[in-house]
Amino acid sequence: MDIHEYQAKELLSEFGVAISPGGLAYSPEQAVYRAKEIGGHQWVVKAQIHSGARGKAGGIKVCSNDEEIWNAAEELLGKRLVTHQTGPSGKVVYRLYIEQVSDIEREIYLALVLDRNKQRVVIVTSSEGGMDIEEVAATKPETIYRLEVEPAVGLRDFQARELAFALDIHPEMISQAVHCIEGAYSAFRELDATLVEINPLVVTKDNHILALDSKMSFDDNALFRRPKISELRDKSQEDSRETAASDRGLSYVGLDGDIGCMINGAGLAMATMDMIKHKGGEPANFLDIGGGASPDRVTKAFRLVLDDEKVKAMLVNIFAGINRCDWIAEGVIQAFGKLDVKTPVVVRLSGTNVEKGMQMLKDSGYPVITADTLSEAAEKVVAERNRVVEAS
Amino acid sequence: MSIMIDNNTKVLIQGFTGKIGTFHAKEMLEYGTQVVGGVTPGKGGQTHLELPVFNTMKDAVEETGADASIVFVPASFAADSIMEAADAGIKTCVAITDGIPAQDMMLVKRYMYRYKKEDRMRLTGPNCAGTISPEKCLLGIMPGHIYIPGNVGIVARSGTLGYEAASQMMACGIGISTSVGIGGDPINGCSHRDILELFEADPETKAVMLIGEIGGPQEADAAEYFKNHMTKPLVAYIAGLTAPKGRRMGHAGAIVSGKGESAAEKVEMLEKAGVTVAPDPSELGSTMERVLKDLA
Repeated sequence: MDIHEYQAKELLSEFGVAISPGGLAYSPEQAVYRAKEIGGHQWVVKAQIHSGARGKAGGIKVCSNDEEIWNAAEELLGKRLVTHQTGPSGKVVYRLYIEQVSDIEREIYLALVLDRNKQRVVIVTSSEGGMDIEEVAATKPETIYRLEVEPAVGLRDFQARELAFALDIHPEMISQAVHCIEGAYSAFRELDATLVEINPLVVTKDNHILALDSKMSFDDNALFRRPKISELRDKSQEDSRETAASDRGLSYVGLDGDIGCMINGAGLAMATMDMIKHKGGEPANFLDIGGGASPDRVTKAFRLVLDDEKVKAMLVNIFAGINRCDWIAEGVIQAFGKLDVKTPVVVRLSGTNVEKGMQMLKDSGYPVITADTLSEAAEKVVAERNRVVEAS
Repeated sequence: MSIMIDNNTKVLIQGFTGKIGTFHAKEMLEYGTQVVGGVTPGKGGQTHLELPVFNTMKDAVEETGADASIVFVPASFAADSIMEAADAGIKTCVAITDGIPAQDMMLVKRYMYRYKKEDRMRLTGPNCAGTISPEKCLLGIMPGHIYIPGNVGIVARSGTLGYEAASQMMACGIGISTSVGIGGDPINGCSHRDILELFEADPETKAVMLIGEIGGPQEADAAEYFKNHMTKPLVAYIAGLTAPKGRRMGHAGAIVSGKGESAAEKVEMLEKAGVTVAPDPSELGSTMERVLKDLA
């Protein structure tokens, strides 16, 4: 789960990471009022969307007076921002964060990630802040410094100091830097984060170390024990179909093609999508209905796939282990009964109770196209899709 | 022979009396697995499916001499159960549970390192389908009837795609020595490489099929191992050629977040190392058939 910049900063500041004074606004009026509250003579109005690279997309504006703040806020609120992380459809701005402008001496990069290779928390820093870290890794890899944290012991002071010295922090500010790094680490561990990124972490001209922009992501599997984090979820930043799916225990990812998919198991789902592509089609979605799917869940999944107006044909591919083919068949029949299915549907069943399931589909009288193998199923669904497209 | 489990493997069920544990315990018993009991804290002394229930793994191992366990405990308690198994002297543990927090798995891995390598428990999963040595032992949730005994090893991150591989091979008359599901989580027990090492050392296994997917470093490691240490032929398939970058495809670990993590890059690494990569997922069986023919 992702959260907004202002939420990440609030969380980090609770763990001792210093931030600039700032406040949230939902309207131009509030934005102007927040700036007054904060004080100072220059402010940034920052669009809050779940994406980085907002500056390049015009989502961050520096303002020097009420009028500028009002205009910036008015322009940004309700605007759809497109960055390289949001995809072409972009994300709509509903919240703004108003912050005092800092007098920046230098910009640093700091991130904590759960490294899959090392299977522990790794802290990554670079003296080149403010840039995309992938870009830094490609152009100035020598500026990147990494440190692994032993999970049983946690981050030690000497390690945080090591990082601070590697970043060439002035000796007088080392303790500030250590405080910040240790705070970020505590937040990571205590909140079940999968990423804490502070970019840039700035050293100001008056010798303060502040988190200027920050991103945090959390482990969905751990949200059950982090109710405070769950509350920070902003559904306006998520794909509504994906949200609806996850609320129903289904795993759905919308894609650009026009062949709807309903499969059990993530690996088989990806393989089936690859197979569709191999036969000349393009999948409209990834959808894993999971193990032990009831007929009811199958019907819900059907509705989800067919709600997507792009879908020209649909493929159901089930390899039943915990699932049973007769349950899946029952779900398919139920879906045909309940929904007005105009889209051609190809069904391939395999595994537990396959004969019974196939017989049920045959006996139902619904126009279900059946297939025995993965290859045959993909071929048939692509042919159906082409037929529908040609007919229209 | 087979790897990890065989006729002599004695199995304990962790989360024995729950609905899922009960269902799969019955399936395993029916397959012929030597299930010797289970653990549900607080229900020690009771009998379930005509088998003893214990409060702790230590009691259960002491009483039954079990050397393997399978975990069906809910995600919020599962990490604890895995550590308990490691501490009780279990040699092979399969964690079926899906949804264990990644930081919990980080601690599980760290905890297992308390033991010397030769005493350390071998963990597969979590979020996996388990392990099967056909007609010897089923320690998992897969449909047993799609595996016939033979000489090909399978190692797969995905459960159902592993089934697809086994059934395609069965259609070609190819049998399996052992099939191992390693699971779809970002931090898991054994890696592809760990299992390849076991297959390489197993005299019964003549060739291996590896089913990988997008995300993580495991397939690159496997390619490296194959190139430098493996004498047996390896057939691979990587799922997710059509998966967009930065999107999580169902499995917590199936996300392309860095260099070398996409399906295309993994295929390239494997091919460069000399692995035979199946061109599409409908040719898992036929590709293995060809490789075995070349071997003979």
